[in-house]
Amino acid sequence: MLDATLSELGNALARRTLSSVELTQHCLERIGRWNGRLNAFITVDAERSLAEARAADARRAAGNAGPLTGIPVAHKDIYCTRGMPTTCGSRMLANFTSPYDAFVIERFARAGCVLLGKTNMDEFAMGSSSERSHFGPVRNPWDLDRVPGGSSGGSAAAVAARLAPAATGTDTGGSIRQPAAFSGVCGLKPTYGTVSRYGMVAFASSLDQGGPMARSAEDLALLMNAMAGHDARDSTSLERAPEDFARERSLDVAGLRIGLPRQYFAPACQAEVLARVREALAWFESRGARLVELDLPNTARAVPVYYVIAPAEASSNLSRFDGVRYGHRARDPLDLFDLYCRSRAEGFGAEVRRRILIGTYVLSHGYYDAYYLQAQKVRRLIANDLEAAFSRCDLIAGPTAPTTAYAIGANAADPVQMYLGDIFTIPASLAGLPALSIPCGFDAAGLPVGLQLVGPHFAESRLLGIAHRYQQATDWHRRVPAQTPL
Amino acid sequence: MEKILLRFPGPAGNIPSCSMSLTAEQIERLARLARLAITAEEREAVRGDLNRILGLIDEMRAVDTAGVEPMAHAVAGGGGAGQRLREDRVTEPDRRAEFLAVAPAVEDGLYLVPRVVE
Repeated sequence: MLDATLSELGNALARRTLSSVELTQHCLERIGRWNGRLNAFITVDAERSLAEARAADARRAAGNAGPLTGIPVAHKDIYCTRGMPTTCGSRMLANFTSPYDAFVIERFARAGCVLLGKTNMDEFAMGSSSERSHFGPVRNPWDLDRVPGGSSGGSAAAVAARLAPAATGTDTGGSIRQPAAFSGVCGLKPTYGTVSRYGMVAFASSLDQGGPMARSAEDLALLMNAMAGHDARDSTSLERAPEDFARERSLDVAGLRIGLPRQYFAPACQAEVLARVREALAWFESRGARLVELDLPNTARAVPVYYVIAPAEASSNLSRFDGVRYGHRARDPLDLFDLYCRSRAEGFGAEVRRRILIGTYVLSHGYYDAYYLQAQKVRRLIANDLEAAFSRCDLIAGPTAPTTAYAIGANAADPVQMYLGDIFTIPASLAGLPALSIPCGFDAAGLPVGLQLVGPHFAESRLLGIAHRYQQATDWHRRVPAQTPL
Repeated sequence: MEKILLRFPGPAGNIPSCSMSLTAEQIERLARLARLAITAEEREAVRGDLNRILGLIDEMRAVDTAGVEPMAHAVAGGGGAGQRLREDRVTEPDRRAEFLAVAPAVEDGLYLVPRVVE
């Protein structure tokens, strides 16, 4: 049961061979057994989850069930949940309970899903390893001494270890795709504007996008059907007709043009990562897809551009944490200025403080043009490169990350080393393009390798269809981590 | 301990060293602007980290962007598409009590802050 896909679970629930209460209980038992080691969840409320499961079973009995009714879903602790803490992995929000639900939470509630708990993450989603949480590092189920990737590392680890059949994440520069790759699960960052950001704690608003994490591309499509949609409360939410994200599941890969950017197959990548990705591409080629070599000449600028734009937007967004309206408040302030400065210094961890300071610098008088405006222009060049590439190919493929999961602590001393690991995920974020990561094999140490597929705007269903065809022929996505056996 | 060494070649073949370096005084000024207290002991470490990050960022400063339109948003279709203005109409109910309930210090329905005016 724990290893089943969402559609298998949905079928069992529909046939009444399984109840949502039984399924939820299984997940809660599994969390009880493994979370002490993985630290994937920050908050679990078994009573609430079981009450929602009972309601889902009643809804099914009444004949009002949808395809996801009764399925437990874990949510990244960046989504505001009424009546349950929302910490964003920060001391700043350690005692915060939101007075309202995020759009994504509302959508899953409407679909009849069970809220299984809130997953651990890098503080304010700033990180690529899920080590930088106020609640301690998340561990990778494939090797407990390694990171699961980040910032949605708790969701990735929970799905990989079968603590949850599905989870949500958010992706600003790779925070869904890179942990999916490191943890051997599937993750989709949708086209910017597809999933409402309402109630999603803001990091970098021009880049932030919510998306699903699960064990198959087919599952991602089902989750997208629940998550996507227009929301007037997010000014960047797109008004588009509802779509079925599973509609291209029978797509024929023959004739498909797959673009391979030279810069994504860089010698600096771990050799086994490139080997596994090439093996996956060979499968597509054997089924009639055509591999097209490409140049994305501004690839090396993506990380520098991101580390101007994301911190700039973060410094502005995080100015709301003032120790007055919500969040951590310093004791015995001397005056208002001291209250602000100490509440923020005590509430934010080192990486968040660094990014606020960098953002403040690049936006400050005299530096704005040289840094922020220049970054916005280079961002345009990167987006233009990708747009031009899609005149020559239907999608772009390559490794999701240059390496497999690294040891906890390996990049702790040097923030820039970790930043460079996002080189392949950041370009799609800057351009607002849909991109997913699926497992495509393992390295010699038994760590998962992720294959990234990037498409033009609104190509989600095509990317999911292509990934589904690959997963029908391979079983990398069905492997279970040996450290957390079923 | 394992160390991931990655170097992605840019135009100059490597990440250039910082063209400018933040001084301790600049760090103090930034911290004031950002309303972040930094202790004297933390200052040097923060300065080192920020200078490393600025070294990374410098990579994009030399790119020729003459005539390039800045990209402020990733909304499909570019420009202002999708950045809608809503109607000027009250849509939110009054939830003052709920929002005050999550504040760390309130009195008589007001947020409490240290005395600002003597």
